[in-house]
Amino acid sequence: MLILTTAVTAGALTLSACGSRGDDKKGGEGSKTSVTIGLDAPITGELSALGLGIRNSAQLAVDNANKAGEVKGVEFKLEPLDDKAQANVGQQNATKLAGDKDVLGIVGPLNSSVAQSMQQVAQQNGVALISPANTTPDLTQGKDWKQNKRVRQFSTYFRTATTDEVQGAFDGQFAWEKAKFKNAYVIDDQKTYGAGLAASFRTQFTKLGGKVVGSEHVNPEDRDFKAVVAKVKAAKPDVVFYGGEYPASGPLSQQLKDGGVTVPLMGGDGMYSADYIKLNKKAQGDYASSVGKPVEQLASAKKFIEDYQAAGYKDRYEAYGGSTYDATWALIQAVKKVVADNGGKLPADARKKVVEAMNQVSFDGVTGHVSFDKYGDTTNTMITAYQVDQGKWVARFSAEFKKFDKAGKS
Amino acid sequence: MNELPQQLANGLILGAMYGLIAIGYTMVYGIVQLINFAHGEIFMVGGFGALTVYLVMPSGTSLLLALPLMLLGAVVVSGLVGVAAERFAYRPLRGAPRLAPLITAIGLSIALQQAVWMWYPEGNKARVFPQFKGDSFEILGATVQRGDIFVIVAAPVCMIALGFFVTRTRSGRAMQATAQDPDTAKLMGINTDRIIVLAFAIGAVFAGVAAVAYGLRTGEVQFRMGFILGLKAFTAAVLGGIGNIYGAMLGGLVLGVAEALATGYVEEIPGMQQFGGGAWKDVWAFVLLILVLLLRPQGLLGERVADRA
Repeated sequence: MLILTTAVTAGALTLSACGSRGDDKKGGEGSKTSVTIGLDAPITGELSALGLGIRNSAQLAVDNANKAGEVKGVEFKLEPLDDKAQANVGQQNATKLAGDKDVLGIVGPLNSSVAQSMQQVAQQNGVALISPANTTPDLTQGKDWKQNKRVRQFSTYFRTATTDEVQGAFDGQFAWEKAKFKNAYVIDDQKTYGAGLAASFRTQFTKLGGKVVGSEHVNPEDRDFKAVVAKVKAAKPDVVFYGGEYPASGPLSQQLKDGGVTVPLMGGDGMYSADYIKLNKKAQGDYASSVGKPVEQLASAKKFIEDYQAAGYKDRYEAYGGSTYDATWALIQAVKKVVADNGGKLPADARKKVVEAMNQVSFDGVTGHVSFDKYGDTTNTMITAYQVDQGKWVARFSAEFKKFDKAGKS
Repeated sequence: MNELPQQLANGLILGAMYGLIAIGYTMVYGIVQLINFAHGEIFMVGGFGALTVYLVMPSGTSLLLALPLMLLGAVVVSGLVGVAAERFAYRPLRGAPRLAPLITAIGLSIALQQAVWMWYPEGNKARVFPQFKGDSFEILGATVQRGDIFVIVAAPVCMIALGFFVTRTRSGRAMQATAQDPDTAKLMGINTDRIIVLAFAIGAVFAGVAAVAYGLRTGEVQFRMGFILGLKAFTAAVLGGIGNIYGAMLGGLVLGVAEALATGYVEEIPGMQQFGGGAWKDVWAFVLLILVLLLRPQGLLGERVADRA
C-alpha cells in the first residue's frame, strides 16, 4: 500500500512539476518552482532495514516542508535511488542525480565506502551531498587525520553523523569506564567503516589502560566464524569488539556464544539495528553505540516519531531516521536561505549557493542542534550506548564525547 | 595449542558442507564436461525451499519434527531447479562450443539470485533460518553445535548412498559408462539424456542437503549465499580431482581444514604475522589449490587430467 501511495504521489508530483520546470521563469500565481532532493541508500539488499528507514525519513521531511510551505514558492520532491550498498552503484546514482539540474542536494549514502565513490561526482557537479550515517573521518578530514593533518577535500560534502574517531573512542571509553571491561578482543571486517571504528576503539581503550588480548580480520561476506571463535575462546577476553555491520555481526555474536565465548559483543552504529537481534538468537547483553541520543528520549524528536507513525510507513525509522530527517531539513533550510537572499526565487547558480548556505545552517533538529564545522562534520558529538535486553535495544548511556573523554583531547 | 581439536572439528564440519556441494560440480563435469557455475545458486534455492516449508508449518512446531520435511523441501526445490536448468539452459546447447554453456551458467546464476531477491517475500534481506535450541556438545575436546550434528550425520550417509548407487545399481553403472564414452554407451542402449538429467538431479539434491546444513549452522539464508560457497565448492572439486565423487568429498574436507588451520595458525609462524587470520584464509585455500595442481594436475584423487577445466 505504501509503495502504491508513494508511486501515486511521486507520479502526481512529477505531473505537477512538468509544467513548471525552469529555474527563474516564474509563472503566474500559485505556480511553484520544483526543487528535487536526491537520495541514495541501500533500499534493497542486506542493509535495507537501515536504508528504508533513511528513505522514509527523508520523504517525511520533504512532505512536511511542502505541507508547511517552509520555502515559499518552492515545491520539494524526493528522488530516492537504491545503491545496494555498493560503491559503483552509488557512483552511478550520484552521476544520474547530478545530471538533473533540478537536484539541489543529495541525502545519503549509508555506507562510508559508497560515499568515497560519490564525493568526487558531487564535487565536480557542485552539488551538496549530505550523509546521515557516514562515520569515517577520512571523508571530511582527508586521509592524514590521524597525524592531525586535517584537510577538507570536498567542499560539497556534509554529514549529520559524528565520526568513527569520536564513536570508536566513545566505545573504548564506555567499555573501560562504564562496562568495566579489562580485556578486549578486536575484530573488524576490513571495510572503510569497520576497520576505522575498530582502530579508534583500540586506541582509546588501550590509552585508558585496557588490554587488547587479540585481534582478527574477517571478510565482510563471511557468515561462518567458527575458526575465529576458537581463537577468541583461547584468548579469554571480557568483551569482543566488532567493527562492521549487522549482517555479519549477528551470526558472529551467535557463533561466539555457541562456541563458549560467553562475553558480550560490542560494536558501533552498523550493528544498531532491529535486524541484528532478529538474526541472532543470543544477542542478549550485546552492546552497540549509535550517533545522537535515542530519538525516543529527545523532546525535539517527539513530533518526528508522531509524524512518522502517522505517515504509515511499514518499515521502522531505524538508527538513522532522526539523523536523516535533520540532513534533509538542513538542505531545505539551505534552499530557504538561498531563495530568501535572492528576493524569493531560485538564482541561476542555485547549487553553488546551496553549498555555501549549508555551511551556515543552524537549527534545532530531531537529534539535537544541527550545524557543521569547517570540515563539514556535525558539531553534535552526542553518542549513545545501547544494550540488547529482552530482544530490544535499550539505551544505557548517552554523552557528548567531548565531555565524556576526561583524558582531555582537543 | 589447546584449540587444535576445535579448529580441526570446525574445518571438518565446514569441509563436509563444501564436499556436499562439490559433488554436484564433479558429477556434472564427469558426464558432460560442463562446469555448472549456477550450482551455487541451486544450493541457495534449496535453503529457501527449506525455509518455506518451515514458515508454512504451524508455528511452534519443534525443529526436530520439522527437519525431515524441511530437508524434503530443500531437496525438492534444489532438484527441480537443477533439472530445469539442465532441460532449458544446457540441453539446447549440447552441441554448441564449450564457452556457450559456461556463459549460460553464469547468466543462470545471476538470474536465480535476482529471482529470489525479487519474488521471495523479503528475499532481499537475510532471512532467519530456524536453529536448534540448547547447549552444544563437547566431543574430544571440541565444542560442536547442535546444528552441526546434522552435517556430521548427513555427509557420510549421503556419500555411502552415492557410492552404493554408482557401483551397484544399473543406473549408476550406466552413469559410469556415459562418463567414460557417451557414444559407445548410447550404442549399448543407454539413454544418455536420462543419465545426464540424473547427474544434475543428484548433484542438486546434495546441494539441497548442504543448504539445510548451512542454514542450521549460520541461522540465516540469503540470496547471495551460493556465490562464495559455490566458488569454494568448485575449488574443492578441482582439488580432489574433478570428475571423481570421492575426490570431491576429500577436496571439501581438505579445503575446510586448510581454512580453519590458516585462520588459527598461520600467524604463529615467525614472520608471517600479517598473513594470518580470517582475512587471509581464502588466500591460503587457493595457495593450497595451486600447490596441489602443480604437483598433481589431476587433483588428489583424479584419474583424468583436467585439461579442460
